Formats: sequence, C-alpha cells, structure tokens
Amino acid sequence: MLLIHCPYCNAERPEVEFAYAGEAHIARPTDPSQLDDDQWRDHLYIRSNPRGLHYERWRHIHGCGRFFNAARDTLSDKFVTTYKASLPRPQIVQSEDTP
Amino acid sequence: MTMHPHHPLSGEGIALHKPFPLTIRPLADKARFSLRIDPDQRIAASAVLGLNLPGNIGDVAYAGEKTAVCLGPDEWYVTVPVADQAEIEAGFAALYAQQPHSLVDVSHREVSIGIEGRDAALVLQSAIAFDVDAMAPGSGCRTIFDGKAQIILLRDAKDRFQIDVWHSFSEHVWHFLQVVAREIELDI
Repeated sequence: MLLIHCPYCNAERPEVEFAYAGEAHIARPTDPSQLDDDQWRDHLYIRSNPRGLHYERWRHIHGCGRFFNAARDTLSDKFVTTYKASLPRPQIVQSEDTP
Repeated sequence: MTMHPHHPLSGEGIALHKPFPLTIRPLADKARFSLRIDPDQRIAASAVLGLNLPGNIGDVAYAGEKTAVCLGPDEWYVTVPVADQAEIEAGFAALYAQQPHSLVDVSHREVSIGIEGRDAALVLQSAIAFDVDAMAPGSGCRTIFDGKAQIILLRDAKDRFQIDVWHSFSEHVWHFLQVVAREIELDI
C-alpha cells in the first residue's frame, strides 16, 4: 500500500485514507460571461493527462479532511512531493532515471 | 416510552493471558462531541471545556476524564463524562454569540473499545496500514481500520489504545480483533 504524506497532518498515511480529486491549479475564468462554448469545454473537461510528472489534488478525507496538492509521476505512481492547497506549484527537477 | 442507548458490544470482552496479558473491552459510555471552531478561538473554547484544546493535528489533551484530540486544522473530537454534557452544551451555546462554531453531539454514533497490553500495537498493526508503533503516547488520529471502517484511534499510553468507531462498523471491528487476539494467543 502507498503511504502518502499529508502536509496538514505532517505524517505518512495509507492511501485508503485519501481520495483523488483531479488535476490541480485549474483556475476558474475571471470573467465567465466572456467565454465561448469551446473555452468552457476546455476549462471544464480538457485536462493535460501527462505521461510523467502530474500536479493533482488529493483529499485526506478519512484523516484531517483537507484538500492538498501533490506532484506524482503517472508512470511510476511515485509521489514526488505534497504541498498545501493555495501554495504555488513547486519547481521539480526530474532526475535522470525518471522518463 | 423510555429509550435506551443500544450498545452492540455490551457484555463482550477478550482477555488473553499468554504470551502476555491483553485485554480488549468495550469502554464505559461517555458524551462525545465533534467541535469545529476557528483555531484562533481555541482559548475561548478551551475555557468552556475546561481543557486545553491541542493546536497540532494528532495531539491529545487530557483533563481528568475529559479528552480532546485535534483531527484537523479546525476540528476536534472531544469526549467528556455524560454528567458534564449539559454544562458543556450550555457553555458553547453562550459562546456562540461571540464566536460562531459547530458543536455536534455524536455520543450515540460511536462505541469505544479499549485495547491494553504489551501486544496492543501488534493487534492494531494487523488492521492499520501506517506504523502504529511510531505513534507517540498521547497522540491520536482518524484513520481506516481494515481498509473499511473509519475509526478514531488514540494512544493513551505505550501499551493502551482506544478505538472509537461507529455502531454499524463495531461488530466488524470487534470480530477482527477477536480473530487477531486468537492468532496472537496461538502465536501464529
């Protein structure tokens, strides 16, 4: 079982306590009335779905209940780091052995 | 008509004498509260409760028979003797004018199970995926038992734990503990 570090509890907790909540850092349009249908579709449904490093939201639902962000490698499923919601995306240098 | 609280585990008990004494038993009834309040107002809430609410997630505060564990940045799980329940509810109702908060009586939602003995951590480790032995005495958290049941786990002392679990999950948790205790007894 994966252990995920919760930045609020500051502890490693088993993955069954967590819920995945989609890609992180998706900003809501500042002026929604100016968007056409395609832009709305892109905002709501189109995600980056990368192979490799992915910034995503998680919720520690069976622990502290907080949403936080994580950087995870979608290929190896390895969590690179986790950080509190509202913090900017951390700069991560990919090491040689990750594709 | 009088209503009586239903205790799914009343009268049950698990006691081992070998290899080391281990007792698992339902604990006496108590009043339980889920408290959500602005963390900056912790002092005001502590004064009403008569116990210092801990500020760090995972810490537990004790005052007599009252305990409070910090489950989230603004969430505490508080247990007090049933006799103190009305006074605490009145105190928080008075506090509400200055400080909006949520104090929910969840007394009848949960049952408490005490696990005591040298192998207590070993018993829990069979159902909990993080390192139970690494929990400091006087700490607690909300977690998942056996991948299914949400529990609140407190480590009161090195060899004494407490589980608070919903009624509907309690039989599953209890049977799991029975099986594990039997395995420990037979040294499997």
